Amino acid sequence: MPTTTGEPLLVVKNLKKYFPIRKGILIDRTVDHVKAVDDVSFEVRAGETLGLVGESGSGKTTSGYCVLQLLKPTSGSVLFNGQELTKMRKAGLRQVRRDLQVVFQDPYASLNPRMTVGDIVSEPLLVHDIGDRRSRRRSAEQLLEVVGFNPDFINRYPHEFSGGQRQRIGIARALALNPSLIVCDEPVSALDVSIQAQILNLLKDLQAEFGLAYLFIAHDLAVVRTMSDRIAVMNRGKIVEEGPAEEVYSNPQDPYSQALLAAVPIPDPRRMRERRAERRKHQDVLAESI
Amino acid sequence: MPLLAVNNLHTFFKTREGEVRAVDGVSFTIDRGTMLGIVGESGCGKSVTMLSIMGLIELPGRVVDGSAVFQGRDLLKLKGATLEDIRGHEIGMIFQDPMTSLNPTLTIGTQITETLRRHLGMSKQQARKRAIELLQEVHIPNASSRLDDYPHRYSGGMRQRVMIAIAISCNPKLLIADEPTTALDVTVQAGVLDLLHELRSEHEMAVIIITHDMGVVAETANDILVMYAGQVVEHASAYDLFDRPEHPYTEALLEALPQVEGEGIRDGRLRSIPGRPPDLIDPPKGCRFAPRCAYAGLDDCAVVQPELREIRPGHWVRSRHPASERVAQPVGVG
Repeated sequence: MPTTTGEPLLVVKNLKKYFPIRKGILIDRTVDHVKAVDDVSFEVRAGETLGLVGESGSGKTTSGYCVLQLLKPTSGSVLFNGQELTKMRKAGLRQVRRDLQVVFQDPYASLNPRMTVGDIVSEPLLVHDIGDRRSRRRSAEQLLEVVGFNPDFINRYPHEFSGGQRQRIGIARALALNPSLIVCDEPVSALDVSIQAQILNLLKDLQAEFGLAYLFIAHDLAVVRTMSDRIAVMNRGKIVEEGPAEEVYSNPQDPYSQALLAAVPIPDPRRMRERRAERRKHQDVLAESI
Repeated sequence: MPLLAVNNLHTFFKTREGEVRAVDGVSFTIDRGTMLGIVGESGCGKSVTMLSIMGLIELPGRVVDGSAVFQGRDLLKLKGATLEDIRGHEIGMIFQDPMTSLNPTLTIGTQITETLRRHLGMSKQQARKRAIELLQEVHIPNASSRLDDYPHRYSGGMRQRVMIAIAISCNPKLLIADEPTTALDVTVQAGVLDLLHELRSEHEMAVIIITHDMGVVAETANDILVMYAGQVVEHASAYDLFDRPEHPYTEALLEALPQVEGEGIRDGRLRSIPGRPPDLIDPPKGCRFAPRCAYAGLDDCAVVQPELREIRPGHWVRSRHPASERVAQPVGVG
């Protein structure tokens, strides 16, 4: 499935995002920085998925937000389709966002409760002044169909739907402008297993059909594995290991990735002892995150 | 005699739309020193089951029927002080969110010694000494100096360890852990699960672990209860459940899990279960899984509710089409 030929679609180089820690009541001063993302570089090629995996506070979501320019990076470069995003102004970024879209974690918070499903899905078309009212509505219906959401419900509101259905609405919205890259930020972590499988399969189908590339950000190692061609493991603002998914998972090199993989519960009770013994080997690394 | 025997438990919630049958006829037993996993997706009734047993259901919910016999006494008939004596003393509990289960205005030490003094009548000094031992037992580094810290100085994993220390402080015979690691990172989760395992064998304490995560039950439990739509659909030893799952729901759930190990994972598809769990105000008349089941035929599935039956020694299933009795292939979603 991976089409790893040609120029990379997204090239992130030496990306840093520092958040200031301020002190003082009258005179505000910066005493230190939280290095949320600390010198991170990676690439995503057309049609492939790069999985960005890590625990809370590792900087994976902040990295994604810096790629999207939803957060302004402290330094570093984000090249998308050969254009440098970090130096762009609003109008330029708006054009770029036709090609660069996002699916958020929480389908309960990321959809405007006052807008109908149809308006949510067609809003990107409106913002970019594509088509007229009628053609936008037709597009919305088609998009909903593509993501497996019954277009008969186009005039309903998001609260009427379950988490899985809402995430389909969010995906339809992301597809509206026919992007080449979608940043998926924990797209299934709010969903139950059986629904999670539906959404992951949908994302795979859409990728095959439209040649989408994903920057797939998640904390669940199994979910990332099932989606990704290549995987980057993040810890404390840095990428500690990066490579083809199979290699990173079957033969992790970095001590943190090793400990992380040993910590994943495996649904096989016969391996309980073996897994526990494996974890004891990585106790030093694990003790840091008690 | 089992340590705890729950029989035919029913807990309903009154809402404007009607009565929600959150727990609808749940029965199980747990023996001393064993670990029982209760697994299921959101809304299956796994947490409500435990809250019912502990007398923690509040209006508009109410336990309408059933019994929960713990060491010869029916917990569902106990009230006030008697129940409080058992809760926290003979039965310990830990909950999902270690961030909100501790009082932010009291030191960790105060919160542990409170329990020791209330239930065991220890003096201030005795309780303090015991509190340090307990923190050491749950592997908090520098226990004696960290006793006087406030909860905000502890990480999520450490707070959950404090909750465990409080829960085991009176040497309970049963520990109920409701999604104890759901809010934690995977490396922290591993430590907490290993700790539970260690304490269970050291204290000969029975543990009920409630979770949505099949991996978590596989790595901890001896016996597993799978719940769906307020009912137990399968109950077996961990080995038998994972080796030979019988209920179509359990099978589908296991196949829907993304894998960390193996080949060709990237190109494969996950098995998904069509639709979603039924409305518990007006649940399906027949089998509750029938509307999503690949094996539900034109027979009784949609009309008559299947009983929980023992398909082989120690393996119980509530389905008319368990894996080992199936001849035909799936007939399509009916």
